[in-house]
Amino acid sequence: MNWLIAILQTTLFVALAPLLAGWLKRCKCYLQNRKAPSLLQPYRDLLKLVNKQPVVSEQASWLFIKAPYIIFSATVLAATVVPLIAVNLPTSASADVIVMVGFFAFARFFLALAGLDIGTAFGGMGSSREMTISSLAEPAMLMAVFTLTMTASTTNLSFAISHVLEQGLVLRPSFAFALFALILVAIAETGRIPVDNPTTHLELTMIHEAMILEYSGRHLALIEWASQLKLMLYGVLIANIFLPWGIAQTFSLHDLGYGLLAIMGKLAVLAIILAIAETLVAKMRLFRVQEYLGFAYLLGLLGMLSHIILEAAR
Amino acid sequence: MNIESQDFYTQIILSMAALVGLTSFLMLGQGRLLRLIFMFAVQGLLLTLTTAVAAYSLNNHHLYISAVLTLALKVIFIPWMLRNEVLKTNLHRDVEALANQTAVMLGGASLMVFSYYVLHPIVQTTSPVMLNALAVSLSVMLLGMLLMISHKQAIAHVVGFMSIENGLFFAAIVATKGMPMVVELGIAFDVLVAAVLFGIFFFHIRSSIDSLDVDLLNKLHEVDK
Amino acid sequence: MILFLAYCAVLFSFASGLLASLSNQRQCLLALQQRYLKNTSAFINHCLEEHHYPHFLRQAVFILLGLSGVFAVLAGLSVLMSGAVLTDQIGLGLPWLPWHIRFDALSGFFFLIIGIAVVAVSLYGTGYVHHYKEKDHPFAALGLFTGLFVMGMLLVLLADDAFVFMIAWELMSVASYFLVAFQHEHAANRRAAFLYLLMAEVGALAIILGFGVLASFSDGFTFDALRHAELSSTWASIAFGLAVLGFGMKAGIVPIHVWLPEAHPVAPSHISALMSGVMLKVALYGLIRFCFDLLKDVQWQWGVVLLVIGTLSALGGILYAMMQPNLKRLLAYSSVENIGIIFMVLGLAMIFLDNGHPELAALGFLAALFHAFNHALFKNLLFLGAGMIHQQTHELNIDMLGGLIKKMPQTSVVFLIGCMSISSLPLFNGFVSEWLAFQTALQVDVLDNGVLRSLIPVSAAALALTAALAAACFVKVFGLTFLGVPRSRHSEKAHEVKDKGMLAATYLLAGLCFLVGIFPSVIISLINRVSGQLLAQTLPNDNALSWLWITPIASSTEQASYSPLLVLIGAVMAGCVCYWYLRRDPEKTLRIAPTWDCGFGGLTPRMQYTSSAFTMPIRRIFAKAWIIDEHVNKDFDGAMNQEVKAVHYSLHIQDHSWPWLYQPLERGVNKLAKQVARIQTGNIRTYLGYSFVTLLLLLWVIS
Repeated sequence: MNWLIAILQTTLFVALAPLLAGWLKRCKCYLQNRKAPSLLQPYRDLLKLVNKQPVVSEQASWLFIKAPYIIFSATVLAATVVPLIAVNLPTSASADVIVMVGFFAFARFFLALAGLDIGTAFGGMGSSREMTISSLAEPAMLMAVFTLTMTASTTNLSFAISHVLEQGLVLRPSFAFALFALILVAIAETGRIPVDNPTTHLELTMIHEAMILEYSGRHLALIEWASQLKLMLYGVLIANIFLPWGIAQTFSLHDLGYGLLAIMGKLAVLAIILAIAETLVAKMRLFRVQEYLGFAYLLGLLGMLSHIILEAAR
Repeated sequence: MNIESQDFYTQIILSMAALVGLTSFLMLGQGRLLRLIFMFAVQGLLLTLTTAVAAYSLNNHHLYISAVLTLALKVIFIPWMLRNEVLKTNLHRDVEALANQTAVMLGGASLMVFSYYVLHPIVQTTSPVMLNALAVSLSVMLLGMLLMISHKQAIAHVVGFMSIENGLFFAAIVATKGMPMVVELGIAFDVLVAAVLFGIFFFHIRSSIDSLDVDLLNKLHEVDK
Repeated sequence: MILFLAYCAVLFSFASGLLASLSNQRQCLLALQQRYLKNTSAFINHCLEEHHYPHFLRQAVFILLGLSGVFAVLAGLSVLMSGAVLTDQIGLGLPWLPWHIRFDALSGFFFLIIGIAVVAVSLYGTGYVHHYKEKDHPFAALGLFTGLFVMGMLLVLLADDAFVFMIAWELMSVASYFLVAFQHEHAANRRAAFLYLLMAEVGALAIILGFGVLASFSDGFTFDALRHAELSSTWASIAFGLAVLGFGMKAGIVPIHVWLPEAHPVAPSHISALMSGVMLKVALYGLIRFCFDLLKDVQWQWGVVLLVIGTLSALGGILYAMMQPNLKRLLAYSSVENIGIIFMVLGLAMIFLDNGHPELAALGFLAALFHAFNHALFKNLLFLGAGMIHQQTHELNIDMLGGLIKKMPQTSVVFLIGCMSISSLPLFNGFVSEWLAFQTALQVDVLDNGVLRSLIPVSAAALALTAALAAACFVKVFGLTFLGVPRSRHSEKAHEVKDKGMLAATYLLAGLCFLVGIFPSVIISLINRVSGQLLAQTLPNDNALSWLWITPIASSTEQASYSPLLVLIGAVMAGCVCYWYLRRDPEKTLRIAPTWDCGFGGLTPRMQYTSSAFTMPIRRIFAKAWIIDEHVNKDFDGAMNQEVKAVHYSLHIQDHSWPWLYQPLERGVNKLAKQVARIQTGNIRTYLGYSFVTLLLLLWVIS
């Protein structure tokens, strides 16, 4: 039964990710006075790509063709770890938050290799930038995550969320810092403005798109889907760690339904905030990103220090 | 001590302490003068809020006066004055290239740990909450000093100086649960006087070296190179 | 019995060295055979024939070396399983100074590491040394010193008194010096070898002094006596400092690592694999033996020292590695990084031990030893892979490689596994030890000291940065070497390695990397015995060792758990589902088309990213970590000298420790040498005078 719910939760994750992307697009359209596409447009796009015949470069090796599957699977695995509608599921015990970061690294590793496989300058450029940004983002992310795990004294996300729930509303300065740090990292890692622009193909600015320039058909569909999933993962992480209220602690139908509604509401609000931020902020130069991520790291560090100094002093 | 076991007032005070510390860090890494002044105003606002919260929960009415004074002086008057100064001298378009910004920031973080370490022996005599808040206010003071060291513009120096005073003020509110009225008024008056004096200084510095970059004051030293 | 296995390992490695030295003695052997063994079998006659002889000899040497490895593995495993502490005395050397031998779990674990590496290297060696020309690079020297080198390492682990330890240590150092200098036709190699010898001797000096400090507080040089030395904490700290200097120099921690990236790459690849993968571990063994066993009462300040230099080495190592275009140099720098990680975790173990949390110390110890084991596996694998690439393309500069994944498919797979392990990706072994390191660092909340509690998470974040940079670095390595379009004629003409032994060696290591990543609890339970013997503390619960989960901290999965097997099953499931779903329609097979070239036509290999291009953002962000000398010169031509005819780009990156540490030392030594040279007048009568004065002085002293 528990395993069933775990599989259901992962499926929900995978199924809802394009919806979140659609909602985000819609919000941005409204904010920018454009006519919004249907909420289901990302599904249609994916379906269209899946049914197309993929074109592969003659320089491509087996790695290029297998990479989308690996990237997608690694992202799905990361999704199994994060509690979406319920805590205490068996899958969340098989891996903790550090392993989740590891899965992201896994997907990124293959994405960057795939970018280098064709032997064009674009692919190399994208890989180089992606690896640089992610290597700066990872310490900031772990700093934020460590703050949480030290408070809850567990690295298991499910137990950490239960811990936050049990304590009720406590004003923790460290959580405020960690929250902001995690938001900044999430924006950098999912390739949103101001770090990367998912809608552009201008060579000076693109990062993620440069790596996947040669992909088409079902391969492209998988990669797009994986990146939508990643966006949703970070959203759920932020929503459920810092505002866990509403998540199901028992597996009754009522609780699960309530949990689903709660997380959808939270994600909708987060997406609106993200859309507003993306509309207001301009994209940065590539070499400003280090300052941006340095700030995220500083926030994470301050969160850690305020945990040690303010909250758990002896 | 765990934060869950504290009452709501303490939680707010601790969060405020963290935020005041954050504003100090933001000021430290800020190269643009207008934003620096804005961050200073935000810090003042946080102090005002802290004072108001203390006044409310301690039921100490004269702290409200002190809150209003802080609001008037540190959130409105001094930032306004500094802003005018910046606009007048056309400095708001300059971005100060901060040398060794990463090192300065990391140094700031280690100052925070250091101030905690320095105050740690006090823990036996007072409540841990006090220690923590004091540690933050000490680090705000030290960060203010660091701000003055790492920035070149005289206006940044004034902001740094004022933020040292902010640190002291925060410590006073948290540690004493409200100082005597006379002391508060005295401090407020001091700050006012300091602000006016700085205004006069700016005028003189500018008229003598045509800039507010304090590094240019080196020209005035008497030994020939 | 177990000790017998260990001796066998040592003797076989010695025998392989001796046998190798016979490679130029075919005539002697023939003569011997004719005199004593008239009616021998046809096989020996066949072996001794002119053109078969070198081949058979090489095989025999490597088989003996492999046997030594197998025995080392067996000995290590059996001593770990039995949990015994075996001691012995051998009457070698001076009559009143027998050799003390001790074989316990710690030595056993390192025996295991060496054994696996030696087995892989001996499988690999026959095929690899094949292409050395006998005249320029005699096999006799290579085989002899390889055998002695392995023997030295094994003896270091067995030593139970300071004398044997130092003798074995010197044997290891000197034998490896000859191996580094093996390709001595290049001046750079000779210089690297000399630098290596110099640093090794300085390190050895520090170790001797360290032992001396201990010995002055005890009676005798056996480890048993040293263990009971009563040291004041100051003297203990001095001994610790000397040990860190000595062993750290061998292990290559920043800033005394300068010799390592010079010396390791110039040796033949299988020797580089042994040096980087195993010899550094022997240095680590020395440090652990010295600090945790001989000094016993560790102080947390030492832990902080190790933590700081470990963090520095990890970050410095990977940042320097990132900038190297030479594959083997890059791998050598990456060893510095991994040693740094191990030092960090050892430091954590010390901090926890002194603060009264032995179970957490055991966790840190576990993470450190596990990482040492893993590093031996994947660094060996990568160096052997680099050797294969070098053999096939005669090129180690990754800017000149590319596209090898199609030319060398098998090599590319094993190399990819190595890269994934070293980048600590889940499912592979590197991740498990890194995960354990993070778990150790996260237990910092139990400490009372606030400064420590804020220092350790920062170093954990540095560890995260290191891991992420390592991933970037090895994406660069694999991407530029194996993917893309060949950048030179050499790599275009490369083809797969033919020799089965070479492939088998790399497959063995790659398979182990994967298996250990999936079933880490096997190794964890072995290390648990080591920490049981050394720290008298194992991980708190048996549950931690279950085959499915690793839950190092508490018995339930409540605090932290990782189950690689479940993860693997999940990954396979997810991969299969999407693969099956998307590939269901045979109509939609791939269409092959030319690469998109933006409509300009003519993509050339030169348009691809190079090593320096790939690392440019990182070079710019961490600019202060190196001494960068970058020049762009343009040749102008045409009307008004406005057209750019050609662009010359040069990039030279240097380590900070050269100008700051090594060159001042070098200058100082040279100056001193010049002073000393003054007394050497060259006049024979002056020398006679010196002898005369010395004689008089000695006589005076004796009287």
